[in-house]
Amino acid sequence: MEKLLSVSFGDPEAKKIQKYEASGGYKMLRKAIAMQPQKIIDEVKASKLRGRGGAGFPAGVKWGFLPKDAETVYLVINADEGEPGTFKDRTLMKWDPHRLVEGAIITCMAIGAHHAYIYIRGELVEEASILETAISEARQRGFLGRSVLGKPFPLEITVHRGAGAYVCGEETALINSLEGRRGMPRLKPPFPAVAGAFMKPTIVNNVETISYVPIILGMGGEAFASLGTEDEGGLRLIAVSGHVERPGVYEVPCGTNLMEIINDVAGGVRGGKALKGVIPGGSSTPVLLPDECDVPFSVSGMGGAESIAEVEVWDGRKFEVMAGRTLRSSPGSGAIIVMDETVDMVHVCARLMHFYAHESCGQCTPCRVGTSWLNRLCHKVDHGEGAPADLEQLALIADGIAGKTICPLGDAAAWPMLGFLTKFRGEFEAKVSGNKKEGA
Amino acid sequence: MEIPTETKNLILKRIAEIQTQYPDAQAACLPALHVAQDHVSYVTDDVLDLVADTLTLPPAFVQGVATFYTMYRKRRVGRYHLQLCTNVSCMLEGAEDLLAGLESHLGIGAGETTPDGMFTLDAVECLAACGTGPVLQINDRYHESMTLEKAVKLLDALKSGRDSSDLPTPNVDPDEIAAGAKAAPPAPDDKDE
Repeated sequence: MEKLLSVSFGDPEAKKIQKYEASGGYKMLRKAIAMQPQKIIDEVKASKLRGRGGAGFPAGVKWGFLPKDAETVYLVINADEGEPGTFKDRTLMKWDPHRLVEGAIITCMAIGAHHAYIYIRGELVEEASILETAISEARQRGFLGRSVLGKPFPLEITVHRGAGAYVCGEETALINSLEGRRGMPRLKPPFPAVAGAFMKPTIVNNVETISYVPIILGMGGEAFASLGTEDEGGLRLIAVSGHVERPGVYEVPCGTNLMEIINDVAGGVRGGKALKGVIPGGSSTPVLLPDECDVPFSVSGMGGAESIAEVEVWDGRKFEVMAGRTLRSSPGSGAIIVMDETVDMVHVCARLMHFYAHESCGQCTPCRVGTSWLNRLCHKVDHGEGAPADLEQLALIADGIAGKTICPLGDAAAWPMLGFLTKFRGEFEAKVSGNKKEGA
Repeated sequence: MEIPTETKNLILKRIAEIQTQYPDAQAACLPALHVAQDHVSYVTDDVLDLVADTLTLPPAFVQGVATFYTMYRKRRVGRYHLQLCTNVSCMLEGAEDLLAGLESHLGIGAGETTPDGMFTLDAVECLAACGTGPVLQINDRYHESMTLEKAVKLLDALKSGRDSSDLPTPNVDPDEIAAGAKAAPPAPDDKDE
């Protein structure tokens, strides 16, 4: 299988600048210096690279939202990898930090930013230190500082450590956190591209997204695009965890069949057990049944797949993400969690609800109250102390959160709740059967 | 506990360096709290005041920030802070049994510190090491694909005080800091795994 971004994974020498340069690293920086910024943006647009943090917004299009006359622009790289199941950015920074640094420098030149902040989650002390070393090596080479390789373009990259808050992976919460505040998301608009970090126009991109930029310049946007699907270009990193023979981070073309990823790339379900369910794109994405996994791993491939049942609220009423748009599932952050036949799905769901209740920032009432309520009620059901009426209550609480909060954390809790209830209703019912007492 | 002058000067020097990276003072709030905590062990009232004064922020603002993020410790922890991920991927690999095993081995529950002040045990959320779960973070260092047997061996080695680059650096002891016995920050952790 072709590798572009993951070639150095596992090689302890690769994080040194000598090794990176010897394998062609920083060549694209030299090329980018001679290019018009708009040409770089055009290549990235042509590549059909989508943001790899989870939302999947086309990267080049995002860059195009910057006001043309902005004096100060910031690039903020989202390395706050916290979505349960996701560990690709950590892997990337650990093994190949210079790829990110080179991508950051090129992106800064494309969007006219003279300062980039890498917001890395606080727990990743080792990776933050690897990045600091890479940045200082790049500075010694003349890639950073008052000029970039002699071109008068002042540029600094700062590693900014978070301090433990999942919500800071949301871009406006991340910006507030970068500014030294509590990590509470902001209302949009204004979007960060207009008023972001320090109220200046800001582009926020994921680690993987930025790391693909030098590769795209190297092979050309169209060639990169041709490796993926019609609307999602190139390769992507996926992180497979749970009950597979070979958990790990892999690089696959966008649109690769999900079942092939599980069976061929990750070695199939461990110990010959039967597959029971798959969380396809990080814990916020609705769970899939085994017969729903024969789909292309892409936004349109999973969002529009007839073979994936639409998520329901209750009694057949389809859940609507927005008016008329139902929800199936999504490749999200590329984090595939595989669960075998032994797994208690109600227990998994309850564990996730604990997570979202813990991570709600408390700003919006539906999320603050709703996630805690889901957590308490789901644990009650999990422990066999729930009543049949509690299940409908769970669905109604989740529906009461979704779409009614400033940031997507509310949806991120509601979607898996409704997903587990839709797909594994029988397991929930079995845990409450015989309990006649009233619900919460 | 008052912060000894020598420690305070180290913290202030580092905060001043950090401030050059940002367009305003407030942005240094998170890194400043990290630095102060590394030197003092946890976020005491004196740490809050020091950061607030240095960055000219209201103390209540700094307290609001410190209490929002899980990594700022609001209490004293042991020399070794054991943080076991129990989220789904680690749970599928046996994190719940491992937590119960660690509780019984240490004789404490999650959220507690052993009477000798060596270990604090916490169950935490996803640490982004889902492919090598369960992951046990000890101070700054990740220990992946953990089993109870491996964990107990590790804890025994830490307890015996064996000096080894394989092991995480201990947290500073606030009492020693207060006594001025150990003003130096923990050594940087530069080991490759």
